[in-house]
Amino acid sequence: MAYSVRKLTDFSAPSLDAASSELASALSQASAGIQSEAEFKIFRDYWMGRKGGVLTHLNDLWLKASPGPNKRDVGQRVNELKKKVEQAVESTLARIQTGESAGKLAAESLDITLPGIRRPIGAEHPVIKTMNEIVRVFRNLGYSIEEGPEIETDFYNFESLNFPPNHPARDTQDTIFIAGQDSKPQRDRLLLRTHTSPVQIRTMQKMKPPVRVVCPGKVHRNDAADATHSPVFHQVEGLAVDTNITFCDLKGTVDHAMKALFGSSVKTRFYPSFFPFTEPSADVQISCIFCDGKGVRDGGPCRNCKASGWIELLGCGMVDPNVYGFVDYDAAKISGFAFGMGVERIAILKYGVDDIQLFYHGDVRFLEQFS
Amino acid sequence: MKLSPSWISDFVDLPVDFARLADELTLSGVAVEGISGEGDNTVFEMEITTNRPDAMNHYGVAREASALYDVPLKPLDIKLPSFQGKSDITIDIQDPELCPRFTAREIRGVTIKPSPSNIANRLQLLGHKAINNAVDATNYVLWESGKPTHVFDLDLLEGRKLIIRKARSGERLKTLDGVERELSTEDLVVADAAKPVGLAGVMGGFDTMITEKTKNILIESAWWDPVTVRRMSKRHGIHTDASHRFERGADFESTVPSTNRVAQLILASGGGALIGEAIDVIARKIDLAPVEVDLREVRRVLGEKLNALEVMRILTRLGFPVLAGREESYLVHIPSWRLDVEREIDVIEEIARLHGYDKFASTLPPYSGEVRELPDAEKNDRTRSSLLALGYNETISLTFISKEDARLFSTSSELDLENPLSEEASAMRTSLVPGMLDMLAYNLHRSCDSVRLFESGNVFEASGAKALQSKSIALGLTGKIDDALTAGLAAGAASRQLSFFDLKGDVETMLAPFSHWTLYYDSQAPAYFHPGRSARAILDGTTVAQFGQIHPQIAEERKLKQEVFVAEIFLDRLYQHDLRQILYEPLPRFPAVERDFSFVFDDDVRFEKIYASVFGLSILELRSFVPVEIFRGEKVGAGKYSLLLRATLQSDVRTLRDDEVALWAEKITVALNALGGVRRA
Ligand SMILES: [Zn+2]
Repeated sequence: MAYSVRKLTDFSAPSLDAASSELASALSQASAGIQSEAEFKIFRDYWMGRKGGVLTHLNDLWLKASPGPNKRDVGQRVNELKKKVEQAVESTLARIQTGESAGKLAAESLDITLPGIRRPIGAEHPVIKTMNEIVRVFRNLGYSIEEGPEIETDFYNFESLNFPPNHPARDTQDTIFIAGQDSKPQRDRLLLRTHTSPVQIRTMQKMKPPVRVVCPGKVHRNDAADATHSPVFHQVEGLAVDTNITFCDLKGTVDHAMKALFGSSVKTRFYPSFFPFTEPSADVQISCIFCDGKGVRDGGPCRNCKASGWIELLGCGMVDPNVYGFVDYDAAKISGFAFGMGVERIAILKYGVDDIQLFYHGDVRFLEQFS
Repeated sequence: MKLSPSWISDFVDLPVDFARLADELTLSGVAVEGISGEGDNTVFEMEITTNRPDAMNHYGVAREASALYDVPLKPLDIKLPSFQGKSDITIDIQDPELCPRFTAREIRGVTIKPSPSNIANRLQLLGHKAINNAVDATNYVLWESGKPTHVFDLDLLEGRKLIIRKARSGERLKTLDGVERELSTEDLVVADAAKPVGLAGVMGGFDTMITEKTKNILIESAWWDPVTVRRMSKRHGIHTDASHRFERGADFESTVPSTNRVAQLILASGGGALIGEAIDVIARKIDLAPVEVDLREVRRVLGEKLNALEVMRILTRLGFPVLAGREESYLVHIPSWRLDVEREIDVIEEIARLHGYDKFASTLPPYSGEVRELPDAEKNDRTRSSLLALGYNETISLTFISKEDARLFSTSSELDLENPLSEEASAMRTSLVPGMLDMLAYNLHRSCDSVRLFESGNVFEASGAKALQSKSIALGLTGKIDDALTAGLAAGAASRQLSFFDLKGDVETMLAPFSHWTLYYDSQAPAYFHPGRSARAILDGTTVAQFGQIHPQIAEERKLKQEVFVAEIFLDRLYQHDLRQILYEPLPRFPAVERDFSFVFDDDVRFEKIYASVFGLSILELRSFVPVEIFRGEKVGAGKYSLLLRATLQSDVRTLRDDEVALWAEKITVALNALGGVRRA
């Protein structure tokens, strides 16, 4: 340490000025040279140490030594210098501390371009997700939700839906039957429901019009599994019965639902079909969502709609009056419509899935694409 | 079913090309699913609905086109040479209910040979084999106008008579397909004086069929009861073009014209002479009753203001004669080929169809009423969103399992399928576990070895004559909790194998939202679980879940090469409980104190026992008592384990004093000692 407090003999102002500035410049030089905490401690003790520190010397050599008339002036100057020393010590400490932590932080830095650690969230099954979306569309139109048994009787799956025993329309249903039913009357025999339409009958049996329900659920057909068929699949059916429900209302409702599901630019097209439990019956096509109904895509025929611009999506119709006979509704006073759609078919369209079997394997490589 | 538009245009002058015809037929309900070929060789692939047997032929589709375009329908061209003499064939209908009409016609001196090319080509274009001029004539007529007919070698019929009767027990018939069939007394047959010679409406007999040697022919065209034909077709497993039409209902008035048309074609190609007039026996007349249609009802159902003139025009074009009645009511006569039109609503459909569905407005019906959710909707949402948040992927597996699995994974009696797709899928699932194991195996075999899946679905059991269905959820868990990269990224986060306790934690999370008085776990899980690593959750005395590691032997049999954990939660039982009402508790205002207890216990001292005994001390300030560390090993000794337990003590009203905490700690120590616990140094 180059600096030490001089003994003063001349306590005049100019002499004090010179001595003060000598100390101040020594202080700032010393402070600037401090680089480590160890150096800082020496620095601090040199200037502020109780025994033999610069400030102690100032007190002894300047203040105590000054003659009476100069004491006041010297006292003020010593106080100023004391503050300066304290400040310098403080700021030096602050400087070396930040300097040290910057180094530490640099050492702690990460490669923030590495992937984050994800806590996996389970994926909704695309079919159930789609089924819930369809149900939501109709719930927003005021439809209640009903479920029913997957194992049904012949009565609910066929007879009450106007499929008389031995009617050829039963052939179109590819029914899976429960074994050991031969001893029962035909209408009590158990089978796996081939559509969710029995839920419509069960609903009408327990409540009077007006009725608005959607019935989501699992159905079964005796179809061997391949890329487009599955013995297990899902349907959403709907039913609206009230006074003054018309075929125009059916068209409007289905059109609204298809726009809600596939976008407002989608068009619907109705043409006659046959279902025993509705009359008039209709099949509904929507304009192809892949080629916007043009039938052409990427310069070639659209594969999704076989270049027709239309995709067949659901069946519907006005509830056949015979059905009302099974549920004690007065067909002369009320009317209604029913519609049904395959959920897998809609999910396949929405997500571009090319093999229906992917839905039933539980393959996480497939499922995780939907999370 | 294939039809030729060129053949259709024999009967109607089409104002449009074939492509447009296809589209417009589809939109009026006679669906053309595909078009192939060109010009006269164009073929329509038709999809005719069950209710429209009248449109399953060229003339029927021509009739539709005539109505659609309002152009005339040409009559079928049936011209016969004059007949000779009188046929002495007799027809004896013994069952007028099942055979109301039977028409026959005799031809003699025919030469059997290949059909002329115009006949053969048309049949072949539509994918039918040309056989000989007599048989082809019947096929041609079937495809032309829809009426199935049959031809017998008259010389092979005994007694110059045909009897329509029920088969006698023990009778047999070799049908045209060469199969010798045992007949049932339910079967309706066409028989000669000695034996059955045809299965009514389904298939003719082999022994009386037309051969190259045939000289004399008897033509048959009958009307058969649809249900009877359908039953026979099912019973004998034969589905023919004839049975397909008869079981949907044939045109009662077509028996004579179709007989004549077949005769005309045979005579034209094979020569010979027509003997006598057609023998037409009507045992019971089938009249289609006229239908009263009220325009107000038409409007009520369809919602469009169709006027009387439009409706009359549509019906007339369809060949339905209409008579005006009172006010807006009309009497509509039904043509003999439209057996599907019996009621007012059937006529309304015809009106809507020909008017064009696209012309109807689209409206939304007004409605005000409550929307009812499913009773368990909220509970289901809660359960499902918990599982998704816990990282389980939602799955759907098949509803069928093997009979062995149905018994292995459940004690309930299974429902078997009458016509299963395969042996492995021959019973309704009694449990979701086998399906879950299959899905886990599917992933493991594809090198996806860390998997979490859940499936929510119904399981089934037989209960007397009934089928019971109950809701269940299965969880499947296997693999590691973190992958290798994670272990590298986060300090101290090494990847580890998922264990029983991961699954148990998830089960606890699932059960937590449901209100209950008691919940405990016992180890009485079914035998397909590892006996030492499985449990049942018992909520208010009812088993709501069983879970654990799958028994290593079963895992091996199913080629599961690593430990897999499965839980089954019985939702119908769990959902008996309401969702917990959440009530706020004031936050603690005074500090909590923790005390650790390190003890060694014998293995048979279970945590449940320790927990119960410590809480049995009734220290009100004891907030929790949890295991922090478990250790087994040489240092502890065989049959023993070391347990570090942590008590948290806290008061609502004041800061706890050291001396009282020390007192409670001493009480806890005494209780642990009483269980045989030895404090570790
Ligand atoms: Zn397209």
